[in-house]
Amino acid sequence: MVTSQQKHFFFEHYGLTNQDLENYLAAALSAGGDYADLYFEYLTSTSLMVDESLVKSASQGISAGCGVRVVSGERTGYAYTDDLSPQRILHAARTAALIASAPAKSTVAGFQEKSARSLYPVTLPSVDADITAKVELLMRGDRTARAYDPRIKEVRASYADELRNILVVGSDGTFAEDSQPLARVNVSCIAKTEKTSGRGTSGGGGRVALDFFFGDKTPEFFAKEAARQAILQLDAREAPAGDMEVVLGPGWPGVLLHEAVGHGLEADFNRKKTSAFAGLIGKRVASEKCTVVDNGTMPWRRGSLNVDDEGQPTQETVLIENGILKGYLSDKLSSKLMGLADTGNGRRESYEHIPMPRMTNTYMLAGLDDPGDIIRSVKNGVYAVNFGGGQVDITNGKFVFSASEAYLIEDGQITAPIKGATLIGNGPDVLTRVSMVGNDLKLDEGVGTCGKDGQAVPVGVGIPTIKIDRMTVGGTARKDPGGFMQ
Amino acid sequence: MPPLVDSDFEMTTTIEAKPTTDLKHVATDIVTRAMNAGASAAECVVREGDEFSTSVRLGQVETLKESGSRSIGVRVFFEQRAASTYSSDFSAAGIERMLKSALELAKITSEDPYAGIPEASKLGSLSGDLDLYHEDVYSLPGPDRIDYARRAEKAALDADPRIKNSDGGSFDAATGHRVLANSHGFVGEYRRSYCSVSSVPIAQDENGGMQRDYWYSVARSLSKLDSAESVGKEAARRTLRRLGARKVKTAHVPVVLDPMVAASMLEHIFEGVNGDSVYRGASFLAGKLGEQIASPNVTVIDDGTIPGGFGTSPFDGEGIPTRRTVVVENGILKSYLLNTYTAKKLGLETTANASRGLAGTPGIGPGNYFLEPGGKTPQQIIGEIKDGLYVTEFLGHGANLVTGDYSRGASGLWIVNGELAYPVEEITVAGNLKDMFKNISEVGTDLEFRGSVASPTIRIDGLTVGGE
Repeated sequence: MVTSQQKHFFFEHYGLTNQDLENYLAAALSAGGDYADLYFEYLTSTSLMVDESLVKSASQGISAGCGVRVVSGERTGYAYTDDLSPQRILHAARTAALIASAPAKSTVAGFQEKSARSLYPVTLPSVDADITAKVELLMRGDRTARAYDPRIKEVRASYADELRNILVVGSDGTFAEDSQPLARVNVSCIAKTEKTSGRGTSGGGGRVALDFFFGDKTPEFFAKEAARQAILQLDAREAPAGDMEVVLGPGWPGVLLHEAVGHGLEADFNRKKTSAFAGLIGKRVASEKCTVVDNGTMPWRRGSLNVDDEGQPTQETVLIENGILKGYLSDKLSSKLMGLADTGNGRRESYEHIPMPRMTNTYMLAGLDDPGDIIRSVKNGVYAVNFGGGQVDITNGKFVFSASEAYLIEDGQITAPIKGATLIGNGPDVLTRVSMVGNDLKLDEGVGTCGKDGQAVPVGVGIPTIKIDRMTVGGTARKDPGGFMQ
Repeated sequence: MPPLVDSDFEMTTTIEAKPTTDLKHVATDIVTRAMNAGASAAECVVREGDEFSTSVRLGQVETLKESGSRSIGVRVFFEQRAASTYSSDFSAAGIERMLKSALELAKITSEDPYAGIPEASKLGSLSGDLDLYHEDVYSLPGPDRIDYARRAEKAALDADPRIKNSDGGSFDAATGHRVLANSHGFVGEYRRSYCSVSSVPIAQDENGGMQRDYWYSVARSLSKLDSAESVGKEAARRTLRRLGARKVKTAHVPVVLDPMVAASMLEHIFEGVNGDSVYRGASFLAGKLGEQIASPNVTVIDDGTIPGGFGTSPFDGEGIPTRRTVVVENGILKSYLLNTYTAKKLGLETTANASRGLAGTPGIGPGNYFLEPGGKTPQQIIGEIKDGLYVTEFLGHGANLVTGDYSRGASGLWIVNGELAYPVEEITVAGNLKDMFKNISEVGTDLEFRGSVASPTIRIDGLTVGGE
């Protein structure tokens, strides 16, 4: 397969020339318009699944195409083709051009490639690595999970990787290429006794080569973690219901930030004033202990990118600084219309999709509190350390995230594990109730995928241990003043 | 360089004809080549589709998107070993590479005694016109499509002065063509069409609090699509009733789910009877065939044969004619929903629910899957409740099908003395699905399909509503 990382991928494999690119952009701007760009994508992927200790599924695929965008004021015309012949790309360009209705624009004379980082310099992309090595990773995960405890009855281990070669050129002279690897191992377990059952899931990865899974984050690591969670659930008690103190553990619970503030700070929602955060720049939206950033420049991270899907280098953007709302996450369109800097957050799922502002790796900076002190400060509350997904209504600000591993805190002590429960809050004020921030910032293991308007993109989250003085916990147990009754 | 000069840029009304390739021929040829290369069985799917979408915001066109794409997937077997590959490259070299990868990949998979394509005797396709394809979804001229979206938004904006903003109106159309061929000689194809209109208004109260909701209509033929005006008006009604929402105290009260959110409850039953979850013991409904799993007023049907249905197709993802399956009858679990693999694992017959993407092993998907309507109108169901919650939206994914534990964010309206009294938000609804299905105490008359899964209004007792 033609998958290795190389410069000028599309020039070499599809015979593209700078002249072709200029022709396509000229066709895109043939009816006017302020800006046009082309997004070429060549994606190879592998996925494997081990179930019942058998390699039941193995698949590989290639998808390639080009998306053409024309922007005219606030209007966007878009067309794509999965056939990279000049006629089809020109046809797409002329279709996208229909958004504008003015004399043709003269276009770019020459492209400038901006220097960008090299955040994931793999020598052998995992899609090209020996497939039997990937199978062996999963078999190791399967064996480890089964050996963890006789109550582990079902194990499913999966592996997925991809290599995305992209070329973005724009009528403003943008020229950016990137070769983006992504790999992930996942293990899920079901534990059973005669009376109860539990499930656990764990995984990780990033923009890494296969050797990543031979370091600290082995399949055994994920398998043990998944099995531990499944066994823990066997004895889980009912979760409490109602408002209470909530402590979030470090790492993946950062999904709180993604839902509560991240989406609401995407510039498109604020340009349209459809976000509960609209007009709050410079205002207090969190306690002074909270500083939240989005950072696309972290080496090897799942949410990182050398350049975004509009060819703009990514950066670290401060969203909230000591509790004050500082900025939005923007793409080209929003930055132009709002007069803001482009933060390099223009992302898209594939060549079939229009880019929009999206998060990369979103996390809260470490504070000064000792995590043990945070737990000890809680009389009656919930300590949540693992979460499934979340969701937000950016207009009224209400967000949820679902705890999959959580415990009661009683008199400053972590006591019984509780069943999964949804936590619900209001984005613009939940962080104002953060009274303690731990010194133990941790990023997630690298499995997050964010959905917006039907487009999925890989992201990262992170958070130190934090204490939220009041949040609504969606359990089933009745509460009395002395604790939680079962 | 000189700008390219081209004739005219009128809004096109049809998508340019693509190079005509006989997709059936492509599919059968790939199967033949796989067999010639030594495979013991092979299956190929070819998909082709076109899409058009436009969105209008505050009266102005925001996006216009128009495109088509094609893709091929192949699955090969060497006795009990299987592998699959896919590609969007229809060139001879592209297809050759895809096939070669599949044949190579099959070497690393395990012998699985249950793997394979269906027996030849089971293959086939429903005959007759299933009313799935109407070219009229593309019949509107470009400006009229934009106007459809614009009118849906305008009807919402005009409905009330408190509707002050909008996330837009949209009009979408799409057609798809699908071919499936396998080495037992099966070749089937069908086309489906789709169009939809939606409106997403934003209302603001005197304190600046914003609420958003939406409404839409979807149909296989433009002639069956609701008017843009009715969609916009309903979107406005749903949005306005959320204004001024408050939190409530934690309570144990009857909960009524409107049809949109009731469908999610039905989806949990689907996940629970999905053969893949059942054979792995990953569902609390595994091993419950013949047992009472829901209240006696619950009858759940899956029917892939309903003409014009959103879940209708002449054959499933493995080439087996679709059928009608009673999943739950008067609360008794009658059938799981299965494909060939999971049926073999469980020693049962497939229910023709195989869903086949481009790659991987077939999964399980619904046909037209619904809860049979009951005898009370939604107004009667609400009217019988003194103090309770009417849910119009769930947030998040808090259902654990292994344990049945259920906890989700919710918003809706509080019921006081049989009336929808005031809006509520930032609350949770929690219980266990095992009890919740049995506690479905009322089923409404208002069944309407807006997708392949549909439910009337239902009432569930015994839930915990979490709030202050």
